[in-house]
Amino acid sequence: MTSYDPRRVRIDTPIQERVINGHPIAYLDSASSSLPPRAVIEAMSRYYERHHANVHRGVFQTANEATEIYEGARAAAARYINAPGGADEIVFTKNTTEAFNLLANSWGVANLRAGDVVLISEMEHHANIVPWFHLRDRVGIEVRFIPVGDDFRLDLSDLEQLMRGVKLVSLTGMSNVLGTINPIAELTRVAHDHGALMAVDGAQWVAHGVTDVVATDIDFLAFSGHKMLGPTGIGVFWTRAALLDAMPPFLGGGGMIADVRLDGYVPADGPARFEAGTPPIAEAAGLAAALRYLENLGPEAIVAHERSLTVDALARLHGEFAERVRIIGPLDAVDRGGVISLDVEGVHPHDVAQVLDQYGVCVRPGHHCAKPLMRRFGLAATARASFGPYSLTRDTDALIDALGHALTLFS
Amino acid sequence: MANLDDLYRDIILDHYRSPRNRGELPTPPARRVEGFNPLCGDELVLYVDVRDGVLVDIKMTGHGCSISQASSSLMSAAVKGRPLDEVRETIESFKTMMGLREASLSEGEASDDAGDLRSMKEINALAGVVKFPVRIKCATLAWNTLEQALGAPS
Repeated sequence: MTSYDPRRVRIDTPIQERVINGHPIAYLDSASSSLPPRAVIEAMSRYYERHHANVHRGVFQTANEATEIYEGARAAAARYINAPGGADEIVFTKNTTEAFNLLANSWGVANLRAGDVVLISEMEHHANIVPWFHLRDRVGIEVRFIPVGDDFRLDLSDLEQLMRGVKLVSLTGMSNVLGTINPIAELTRVAHDHGALMAVDGAQWVAHGVTDVVATDIDFLAFSGHKMLGPTGIGVFWTRAALLDAMPPFLGGGGMIADVRLDGYVPADGPARFEAGTPPIAEAAGLAAALRYLENLGPEAIVAHERSLTVDALARLHGEFAERVRIIGPLDAVDRGGVISLDVEGVHPHDVAQVLDQYGVCVRPGHHCAKPLMRRFGLAATARASFGPYSLTRDTDALIDALGHALTLFS
Repeated sequence: MANLDDLYRDIILDHYRSPRNRGELPTPPARRVEGFNPLCGDELVLYVDVRDGVLVDIKMTGHGCSISQASSSLMSAAVKGRPLDEVRETIESFKTMMGLREASLSEGEASDDAGDLRSMKEINALAGVVKFPVRIKCATLAWNTLEQALGAPS
């Protein structure tokens, strides 16, 4: 059994000791970036204080230690998502966005031809849209969208039709705006039945779920360290070894080569082929610490806690404000994570967030890098509250209290 | 500590709830210019009718937060019916107030202009916005759009 107690996690994250405008901080922006616990901050400090050196090729002791820390993080990431081929299948990127650019520019350029279809959805983050538009403009692929229904879930009624000519299905595991969790395993089966591969945007899905790439049978996965208690500046791209080995390099430079001559170069084998330049070593140390921390808490327990917070918040927001605060996302907590987008009657999301800040409540106003989804629902922006492993009912109390003030001010 | 009352003054909330000069003008004779705030999705369409060096009419459509909506409404009330050189002066005073221009006039001097004392006073209600730096771009959207609509001074 794990020892998960969200109050303990809260104590572990130093930022939550802060008082904002005279109120204890109620951090409800974990979907944007989560708060690192001391274990993560200390792992990074310890690395810089004791072990820092460039990785690989070093002979001296600290260089070996730095390499062990960096490669150890790769193994930790592989374990966390149950990568069948282990650490050799983990490529470190800057973030989820860079992982999608790697997928499009490497696998995409090598495997997609004019007329091939990449099927994404209306609820994607721009990170899983724009790289495909780049490929459309360069190669002539077609980017096709699964529509989102009025129930804020993927409308799969025309899926067979949509699957025609599809070589890759690339979907978010969990919407960063709606909270909707997509049926990834089921859609992966459909993709494979049509001879297509399946890529998943795991920025929210990995951070707020139990990830098993074998059980879901997906082919590509992208996620970010800082959405799961880790540091910014490091992300993960995963694919099975057989696919990875066939992918050409994307970024060129030091570290990604086996040999360079005046007439060309030979790329390195394995993940190193995709990691040009000095990698984020301290960030890898931080990510490994975050993954250990999450494993100790138990991802299942975190999911259960965030679900109970979400059920409670959805019910109380509706009970307190009824139609004055519209929830842009599923109202039932089935296949739904702790992201709650709000459309507050007569109050622009920026004003909502501004008033909430006065009460120490941190929510994000804006389009959340999902403009096609915003347009789908006729919105320019929402005010979004989102939970993390340290969130408590008192954060919801603060949210509801502050929303009341916003409604009063603008009524 | 920046206080919400500095930002959401009664005049601002009033102009947000009941914006002045909403609507469109026939083009031509009016000019139509669009302004965007890509970060927050604010959109403004401004119609200005300039005749013989006077901004005879101004109307606007669009959507945005209370600060951008109130600022455009306050602006429209302040510049409507005024000669272009005065309009440009008002834009300059506003940008100075937002900290975007070196102050060239002593405080309050711009408000001494006869006739439109009240609108200038109302615009001063936006002075608190400077205490909330991320909101300055909300307040300046309409003014930048107006500047664009007027073009370079002839």
